[in-house]
Amino acid sequence: MDLLNNLALGFQTSLSLANLGYAFLGALLGTLIGVLPGLGPIATIAMLLPSMYSLEPTSALIMLAGIFYGAQYGGSTTAILINVPGEASSVVTALDGYQMARKGRAGTALAVSALGSFFAGTIGTMVVAAFAPPLAALAFEFGAPEYCALMFLGLVGAVVLASGSLDKALAMVVLGLLLGQVNTDVITAVPRFSFDIPELMDGINFVIIAMGVFSFGEIIANLGKPPEHREVFVKNVTGLWPSKKDFKEASPAAVRGTLIGCLLGVLPGAGPILASFTSYSLEKKLAKHPEEFGKGAIQGVAAPEAANNSGAQTAFIPMLTLGIPTSAIMALMIGAMTLMGIQPGPQVISSNPSLFWGLITSMWVGNLMLVILNLPLIGIWVKLLTVPYRFLFPAIMAFCAIGVYSLSNSTFDVYCTAMFAVIGYVFHKLGFEPAPLILGFILGPMMEENLRRSLLMSRGDWTIFITRPIAAIMIAVAVVLMAAIALPIIRKKREEVFVEEE
Amino acid sequence: MKIRSQKDFVSGIALIAVGAIFAIGATNYSFGSSIRPGPGYFPFGLGIILSILGLSILLGAFTAKSKDGDPIGAIPWRALICIVGALVFFGYFLPRLGFLISFPIMIAITSAGGSEFTWKDALLNAFILTALSYAIFIHGLQLSIPLWPA
Repeated sequence: MDLLNNLALGFQTSLSLANLGYAFLGALLGTLIGVLPGLGPIATIAMLLPSMYSLEPTSALIMLAGIFYGAQYGGSTTAILINVPGEASSVVTALDGYQMARKGRAGTALAVSALGSFFAGTIGTMVVAAFAPPLAALAFEFGAPEYCALMFLGLVGAVVLASGSLDKALAMVVLGLLLGQVNTDVITAVPRFSFDIPELMDGINFVIIAMGVFSFGEIIANLGKPPEHREVFVKNVTGLWPSKKDFKEASPAAVRGTLIGCLLGVLPGAGPILASFTSYSLEKKLAKHPEEFGKGAIQGVAAPEAANNSGAQTAFIPMLTLGIPTSAIMALMIGAMTLMGIQPGPQVISSNPSLFWGLITSMWVGNLMLVILNLPLIGIWVKLLTVPYRFLFPAIMAFCAIGVYSLSNSTFDVYCTAMFAVIGYVFHKLGFEPAPLILGFILGPMMEENLRRSLLMSRGDWTIFITRPIAAIMIAVAVVLMAAIALPIIRKKREEVFVEEE
Repeated sequence: MKIRSQKDFVSGIALIAVGAIFAIGATNYSFGSSIRPGPGYFPFGLGIILSILGLSILLGAFTAKSKDGDPIGAIPWRALICIVGALVFFGYFLPRLGFLISFPIMIAITSAGGSEFTWKDALLNAFILTALSYAIFIHGLQLSIPLWPA
């Protein structure tokens, strides 16, 4: 019963009154800052880190965990309420969450998101406690070809996200990959597509594209409709709490999302993001009514939110056991640990067990605080939606404009957002859906790096992707998935052709 | 041949063009070979793929099944210009005039994008949102935003 002993040791640390207080404070600050567009978990942690130097390490890390979850949940809140995904993994939440909000079910969406996240966080905590070493070994099995294959699978999955034409979804993925090419080449350090603009050499910030194509494109489109048709949100908001039927539909989705999140979260790079996209695709495939996805399906909120949260949990495994950060946030957490005199790595478990297990359990406590804090807040968030649109859209604009500027205190980012607002509106007009573009954009640079590494490894032989078993399985799944998407469309087209000829 | 989907026709042409621009742009960087791929390898391939997808969408525009020609429809110039204009205004004037002057004007320009625009609402929005943003971002979060004209 090592596991129970370990967890008990952890809870002794994290359940002290002071530490509970820090967890609550962290979750509160994280949520409040996280709901401001453009200020995601990274910005929030970076902003609050200096004020935590004086705390003792365990308390500081517990508070950090609270901030992390709070900010992440704040990002999902804005994704649901105003279609502004605060961070990459809540892009998927925006798809169905925002549509639920438009139908007057914002409260249900927020509650499902909070409860799904909490459930996923609980399972995630146990997985971390029980399987940290073997899961870390899994991540070691992944070389460049495996990552490349996994990302290919993720991109194929992204096509499933779109409910419109297959051609257009594919084009959006490729366009996203191309936008991700605006950067400095990681292998040769050559700046690409930067037109000698220094700001472009680091690439375009994800928030700029997401804000431009999601929020501003949407605002322009709404304003283009005559006011009587605009009715962005249903006025009478019904039932803040999910109904029995909602629970029945959402629970299995949340369970599957949690499992996917636990597995994919371990992978450095894009774990939680891929997890949320993958679980959404899976739910859409499994659903009895796949046509409801994109129009406010509750499973489309529950699954990715659970996946994203359990993924965030297991993302701590490589960090804690190997000292490898899996994302920018993890890197910040490692930075915070180092500042406090703790060297992350395998030795933390043995040299400082109360800190290690305290941190793991505090993840769970952070999650719990989030639920306690946010369920009452839901009523307030939903009230915001009853503000008439002529006051709401300038407010969204105001917070987005400051958020974008504060990304790197640069007006260049504001201009970029203006450009993506136009592009976002063009997408809207021409019937392109932006979600696959975002995934392509995020995965592009990682996929390229791994593709080129793989080709270097194999001396230019593309069969490396099918001779290595793990990579081969993922490629095979991607091909099957692709065929599954393409076949019904081809069949439908042929039927149409035949009907016309008769 | 008759264009049956105006949307797909325009989309196809735009995608072919964007793909071509990226592919041509990529020729500025060393292409390398499959054994040692250079910085131009990946974007060149992607640009070509995007153009092919664009071509497929373009061809589809002639065979689409829509009856009304799937028109792009009217563009809400007022909203488009006001929203984009407000962002550009904010970007240009924030460092020059400072937050307290450029921000309320940006909000007023934004408000003008709505079809139910009234001066009263615009001024109300500008006043309330400036006060709120000041309290949250500058007072509360201490973001370094220039306040007054430089």
